[in-house]
Amino acid sequence: MEFLAYFGEVFTPINFGLLLIGTIGGLILGATPGLSPTMAVALLIPFTFKLDATQGLILLGAAYTSTVAGGAVSAILLKIPGAPANIATTLDGHAMARKGQGARALQLSFVASAIGGVFGVLLLIFLTPILAQWALAFGPSHLFWLAILGVTVIGSLDSSSVVKGLLAGCIGLWLSTIGFDDIMGAQRFIFHSSVSGGINVIPALIGLFAIPQVISMFAKGRRSLDAEVLTVESHPIGEAIREVFRRSRALTIGTLTGSVIGLIPGVGGQIAGLVAYDQSRKMSSEREKFGTGHSEGVIAAESANNAMVGPSLVPLLTLSIPGSPTAAVLLGGLLIHGIFPGSDLFDNYPDVAWTFINSMLIGQILMCIFGLYVAGLAAKVARVPNAVMAAIVLGLAVFGSYSVQHSMGDVYVMMALGTGMFFLERFGFSAAPLVLGLILGPIAEANFIQGAMIANATSSIGEYFFTGLLNLVLIGTVVASIVYSIWMELRSRRYTTKEDAVAKEEATP
Amino acid sequence: MKTLIAAASIALMGLTGAATAQDAESYPERPVMLMVSYGAGGATDFQARIVTMTAGNEDALGVPIAIINKPGAGGRVGWNWFATQADADGYTLAAYNIPHFIAQSIEGGVEYSADSFEPIANWGADPAVFVVAADSEFDSMQDVVDYAKENPGGLTFSGAGLFVGHHIAALQLEKAAGVKLAYIPNNAGGAGAMKAVIAGEVLGGVNNLSDAYRAREAGNVKILGVFDLERNDFLPDVPTMQEQGFDIDNASVNFRGIMAPKGTPQPIIDKLAETVPAMFENARVKKQMEAGGSPMHVMTRDEVIEMWKAREKTLNELLSGL
Repeated sequence: MEFLAYFGEVFTPINFGLLLIGTIGGLILGATPGLSPTMAVALLIPFTFKLDATQGLILLGAAYTSTVAGGAVSAILLKIPGAPANIATTLDGHAMARKGQGARALQLSFVASAIGGVFGVLLLIFLTPILAQWALAFGPSHLFWLAILGVTVIGSLDSSSVVKGLLAGCIGLWLSTIGFDDIMGAQRFIFHSSVSGGINVIPALIGLFAIPQVISMFAKGRRSLDAEVLTVESHPIGEAIREVFRRSRALTIGTLTGSVIGLIPGVGGQIAGLVAYDQSRKMSSEREKFGTGHSEGVIAAESANNAMVGPSLVPLLTLSIPGSPTAAVLLGGLLIHGIFPGSDLFDNYPDVAWTFINSMLIGQILMCIFGLYVAGLAAKVARVPNAVMAAIVLGLAVFGSYSVQHSMGDVYVMMALGTGMFFLERFGFSAAPLVLGLILGPIAEANFIQGAMIANATSSIGEYFFTGLLNLVLIGTVVASIVYSIWMELRSRRYTTKEDAVAKEEATP
Repeated sequence: MKTLIAAASIALMGLTGAATAQDAESYPERPVMLMVSYGAGGATDFQARIVTMTAGNEDALGVPIAIINKPGAGGRVGWNWFATQADADGYTLAAYNIPHFIAQSIEGGVEYSADSFEPIANWGADPAVFVVAADSEFDSMQDVVDYAKENPGGLTFSGAGLFVGHHIAALQLEKAAGVKLAYIPNNAGGAGAMKAVIAGEVLGGVNNLSDAYRAREAGNVKILGVFDLERNDFLPDVPTMQEQGFDIDNASVNFRGIMAPKGTPQPIIDKLAETVPAMFENARVKKQMEAGGSPMHVMTRDEVIEMWKAREKTLNELLSGL
């Protein structure tokens, strides 16, 4: 209960002002495609030079919290996930927006984010020592199996057929091998200087989701001049809050999955939303509604990706190991003030550490309030003609891809992948499994090679990857996931042809 | 027509010539960009931001330095860009990491070598150290080498990838101790390599002194030796490899500094070489660097040129055997 003693610190005028700035700024940055939480925090680091340690961390903590949630805005309204964490949000969120329920989707996502986020921070407050051990428990073999578990999700994710989902996943896995291999030192498939550093996930994400949209918007725009992309009906906030609690199963699954997966260094943040989405679909009684604008999908995905915020800082704060790129940037923010995170952080600098954590707690709630306000404005923003909207999205896509590492090469990659995806979508493939392949490929590959190297030096590969409780549990989950998918597929065979895909697209303008 | 073109080109040459001379005198007139070939939040990025934060002062450059990150492929993406596409006008500078970029150019497949760049000044030197988990049975490098002799190829230890300082240190240790070790490069860089040590995935690891110092403060690791010629101020109690009987020099020490692309006008290089080391010596910079656990080592342009040459020679010898 020590953290309660430092709550007062958060509400001093300067600190609270910074918290507000961080939250509002974070929401805006998060809603801009391409500005991921990592970048937003990195952009703010120079400002913390002038502040003292506590104030600097309040600003960074608030920005981190709200950029993760802000990503939902572009995911829902524009179908451009601002960061990998928001991919799952696009699946049902954008479908809801197309049905005119954009405001409802945004409200659900912010309320779910706040609940997940508060839970995650509470875990950070109360269970840090236990969680630190859990974060360390995942070695190369476990991360490999975790990535394989992610691969089993690919087939059933937002595709008209399992085969097409798997094919799209394979394309993603191949794309992930492009570039320089850090472990073996090989250069692979570098056919153009733009891809010499590999395919960066953020430009790929923007291209794959936004460009097919832009192309179809331009194509439709010519046929009817006054066409609107979206209509947004206003939706009472109280209704949204009640709905989130009514969908308690999705909320629980999302929050728990997000917290548990968020802990695992190097993996968590990117796949927490997708795994939570997949799990809550498998356990839902209305699983056929997922992907068509079902509220459970949004709630599960958004509660998961904010629940991961708190636990993802556990390895940093207790072990001094940044578990994610964002945590690495936060580490810089701490070091600049001469604060070394570690097991004694809470003894040496209780005021800094607790104020930081408290500000994230308050930040979650402020984020929700401002987010709900933004959701109300969405109706006005979305009343834009198709051609104008397409131009805006295209501009944001180029800006977002360029700003990741100040490279035109990323813009070319974004355009090339996006154009390819437009044609793939005509044949019933979808972007989500492709991106999942791109994200999981390096995790599975690097951990397999590392594990194999360790195994060759110590025991045997079989022993290293197939023994130990955690390995067996993960393998069991993988098998269960595959069996479940096959069973579902056999029970309700889904056939798709080009005609089906086109019909589906035309049915939902 | 021909004469017209000739006249025009001569006039143009005159113009640009005049502009260059003037540029050098009034340089810098606008903010300078510093390219860091690693991601935001990494040690190089973090230190670059601190050492350049006083650039806007009147006694330094008088204009701010903006950091631009171009990460990818262990720094190759950024340095390739810098060698081939950066404007050599003094407004585009980059951070270098020795031995990384020299080792990469010896390995091949990149578009730069030590001759592609003009060093300006060095700000930091982060030696590699050998770490083991806090509960490890090893208490000295001799214990580590004894274990490796009993289990040839069975001593697993992590580091931040291939052809970086950690890898060089690992190769030096293998050579000096005459044993076969299992170096496990980590795809998540130094932080990932450190996690592998703390979690017990590997028996030991090579890591940056600054990161290892923090991990030791947090009670997670023991530091058994420094891959440098002298003990470090941050770790006065940790012996060097030479003290422990291994003939290992400072070839793996990670030197960080600022460089310009080849072709930058000499007057601008001279001006930078004069002002930048003084900028690094700023008291505020020193305080922040020390607070962050980052060892400083300021060197002038001439000293850096010497260091690059020496490094190129040792690395050529060490890596030719691979």
